[in-house]
Amino acid sequence: MAIKQLTVFVQNKKGTVVSVTDILSKNNINLRALSIAETQDFGILRLIVNDEATAEKVLLENGYLIKVIDVVGVKIGDAPGKLTEALSVLDKENINVEYLYAFMARTEKHAYVVLRVEDNAVAEAALTSAGFKMISDADINKL
Amino acid sequence: MEQNYYQKEIETMPLEEMRALQSEKLVKQVKHVYENVPYYRDLMDKKGVTPDDIKGIDDLYKLPFLTKADLRDAYPYGLLAKPLEDCVRIQSTSGTTGRRVVAFYTQNDIDLWEDCCARAITAVGGTKKDVCQVAYGYGLFTGGPGLNGGSHKVGCLTLPLSSGNTERQIQFMMDLNATILCCTPSYAAYIGESLKEMGYKPEDIPLKAGIFGAEPWTEEMRRGIEETLGIKAYDIYGLTETSGPGVAFECSEQTGMHVNEDHFFAEIIDPDTGEVLPEGSKGELVFTSLDKEAFPLLRYRTRDICVLSRKKCSCGRTLIKMAKPMGRTDDMLIIRGVNVFPSQIETVLLKQGYEPNYQIVVDRVKNNDTFDVNVEMTPEMFTDKVSEIMAMEKSLANAMKLMLGINPAVHLVPPKTIVRSEGKAVRVIDKRKLI
Repeated sequence: MAIKQLTVFVQNKKGTVVSVTDILSKNNINLRALSIAETQDFGILRLIVNDEATAEKVLLENGYLIKVIDVVGVKIGDAPGKLTEALSVLDKENINVEYLYAFMARTEKHAYVVLRVEDNAVAEAALTSAGFKMISDADINKL
Repeated sequence: MEQNYYQKEIETMPLEEMRALQSEKLVKQVKHVYENVPYYRDLMDKKGVTPDDIKGIDDLYKLPFLTKADLRDAYPYGLLAKPLEDCVRIQSTSGTTGRRVVAFYTQNDIDLWEDCCARAITAVGGTKKDVCQVAYGYGLFTGGPGLNGGSHKVGCLTLPLSSGNTERQIQFMMDLNATILCCTPSYAAYIGESLKEMGYKPEDIPLKAGIFGAEPWTEEMRRGIEETLGIKAYDIYGLTETSGPGVAFECSEQTGMHVNEDHFFAEIIDPDTGEVLPEGSKGELVFTSLDKEAFPLLRYRTRDICVLSRKKCSCGRTLIKMAKPMGRTDDMLIIRGVNVFPSQIETVLLKQGYEPNYQIVVDRVKNNDTFDVNVEMTPEMFTDKVSEIMAMEKSLANAMKLMLGINPAVHLVPPKTIVRSEGKAVRVIDKRKLI
């Protein structure tokens, strides 16, 4: 059920993010979510896009270092406390979250959380049994 | 400045007499090496030279060269010319297993080396009334032991502080009225800055002179050190292969270093053809140990680019002078006094599974060398976790520290971001502008 995240290695330098987004927009790729982790030297862009295969291809063609990994996508209610609820489920199961970021849907009254964990299946099972709904790449494309 | 000499007869010897002395020593030395060092005997045999062909210093050009590669091939005992039981000490370069030089000394070798350092200390005005603070590292590195021995010979009160612990350096310097400081120029500058920050003015500092070497430094740096410490700053040259510091030293004129040519004969050669060049030409500096016993290198190519001059010196010494080295014929860098070869960085990268795509960036900030290594990330190594990438950088830095003895800052960078000129990556960017 996991969703694909595009991970891009960039230098922490002026203009690096815009050159990535520029390539994506020129290829009609829509960004669903973007998160940046940075140190003094480097940055890691984490992208959820509507067409991950094309995005990977065009970024590779432009010389970027890319890694596509599976992450967990969870649908949560757009209300105070909903994220805490989801995280508590993982906490109770001793599932460590490496990083997470969230985004909103345009049409539905929902938020989506992207979770990077060690074992996707374990996290998904825990969240599903607590009543959360996972999202897939197909869902992302429909957003 | 009133001139004092440690060994006046030698230091002011007329050229003809010096040539005669050098000739006598060389003839004896070549026999000693030929008989006791099979490695060099093979080189001579291959070149068709016998000890009988060497009748004086003018025949030196007939002998084969030794290079760093020979030292590596012959490691550790291949160039040893005395039984180990006659040796009393080793010193070593900071290099890696592949590049490490281990030099052996008999007591006579130590004595002549310390004499050379004593000449250097005397040339900067040192006498038995002086307090000489040695802030070069002690141990395998030749800096500390060499100047320590020289200071003893002159009769100075010697403060064997070794390098580091600046607070303690300053405390001893101020409490015991150190008058001569021996260390790397960058450390002298650092001590000077620290004293300044503590509120000491140059006139409060008891030092009068400093002997600084083991790394390249500029005239600008010299002036800076002289101003902050209120001293005269003198250069000194040497290498472990020949003995250590004191192969050449600066006098009051501060216009180049007198070579202790009664022990170490200097030649300048064309690095491409090996041909000996006339005085005043720029070329590769080559040294021959004329009377060292245990590790007597003949015609050792230093890879330093240099000029020799017999111009009359106002200090009265007749010893030939060498200019500050103007560069290298190989890619060796001297960073914080330590010899670094780019190939060593490459070895670490390959061992840890990286491509050899890297760039060394050296700069000097506040008189201290900065040492950065940029390494291109590979698709296999790349992970989406920041903590893992930082751990990879740290692991590379640790491995390089183990290899080199100094700590670089390692930065993983995206592929193809290291500048390439004509398809070849630029391996070294040295921004220090030392020449």
